[in-house]
Amino acid sequence: MIASQAELTQQLLNSGLWISSKVNGVFGWGQGFETVISALDSRITQFSEADAATSINFPPILDRSILTRTGYLHSFPELCGSVHSFCGSEHEHQALLTAVEGDADWSPHVKQTDVALTPAVCYPLYPTLSGTLPEDGVLYSLSSYVFRHEPSLDPARLQAFRMRENVRLGNQAQVVAWRQLWMDRALSLLTSLELDVELDIATDPFFGRGGKMMKANQKQDEGKFEILCPITSAEEPTAIASFNYHQSKFSSVFEILLADGELAHSACIGFGLERCALALFSTHGMALETWPAAVRQELGL
Amino acid sequence: MEQTVRDVITRLGVLQDVAVLCADTDLYDAGMSSHASVKLMLSLEDAFDIEFPDEALERETFASIEAITRTIAGIQASE
Repeated sequence: MIASQAELTQQLLNSGLWISSKVNGVFGWGQGFETVISALDSRITQFSEADAATSINFPPILDRSILTRTGYLHSFPELCGSVHSFCGSEHEHQALLTAVEGDADWSPHVKQTDVALTPAVCYPLYPTLSGTLPEDGVLYSLSSYVFRHEPSLDPARLQAFRMRENVRLGNQAQVVAWRQLWMDRALSLLTSLELDVELDIATDPFFGRGGKMMKANQKQDEGKFEILCPITSAEEPTAIASFNYHQSKFSSVFEILLADGELAHSACIGFGLERCALALFSTHGMALETWPAAVRQELGL
Repeated sequence: MEQTVRDVITRLGVLQDVAVLCADTDLYDAGMSSHASVKLMLSLEDAFDIEFPDEALERETFASIEAITRTIAGIQASE
């Protein structure tokens, strides 16, 4: 019997795995939850280390021009986290405080900054790769919190969560084969964690009626696959990992070239760490010590 | 109608030399991005005062000038 969204949230809070913030989709994490997140991240990273992927990290904010240049605001305007700050004089500060103390909207008193909240871990990477790549392309492993403005009562739909990504740039054949390798690996790993997972073709949540066209294009191009797992519903399982082939979308914006002068192709694969952990807790129970021995062994717990 | 469609594509600035494109040239192959096709869809709705039905919101509808004019003619005929 799968717990409902409300039941699972309550179980997580009651067991101290999650801590309420009173904002939908924003939680703190207790020790037990963090133990599983770390174990998952380490297990996934073992693959990246075996591949000799370059490990780098960025903070969860990025140069907002990356979002404008890559069309993020065309595709996902409602998800974007724009960072604003006060930049005014003392007099203007008093106007800000009047709004704040009156519990009013203070947005007229702040200005947009140069940064935005990172919506996907790999975005800050691409601009650093402008130029010509080495002969065999490049491979990176990176992790960060990401932000999506989609407040929800679904415990699997958080506004801020961690993604472990691996990113490959190379020629089309290299990139497509690498994405397939990770789909096979991820299915094997998640199955060994005794999760009821399946791989399916997927689309990003593109905005509006135009988004319907974007989804149709993405599906036709087999741009996105997801691994789904029942967390709060058997009928509507949740995506816990995604496998995205961008063709030359990012390399054309940031002029990332192969050694032969052609535009590079890119793909990223990402594990939603909180969602993977949620799948484990919802499948095996809130008490780590009662999980199947094989699962704990696979995670080194 | 075809000339109006060509004018809309030209105004959007998403493709070069629109005047010499064949009616059946694949616009995506000619360089139209997915984002540009969304802009084209919305601009065509304004220019012809129509709304594309959900089932028309797919890649094939906007794949060529000929496909676009055929779809618009169908919408106008059903109004």
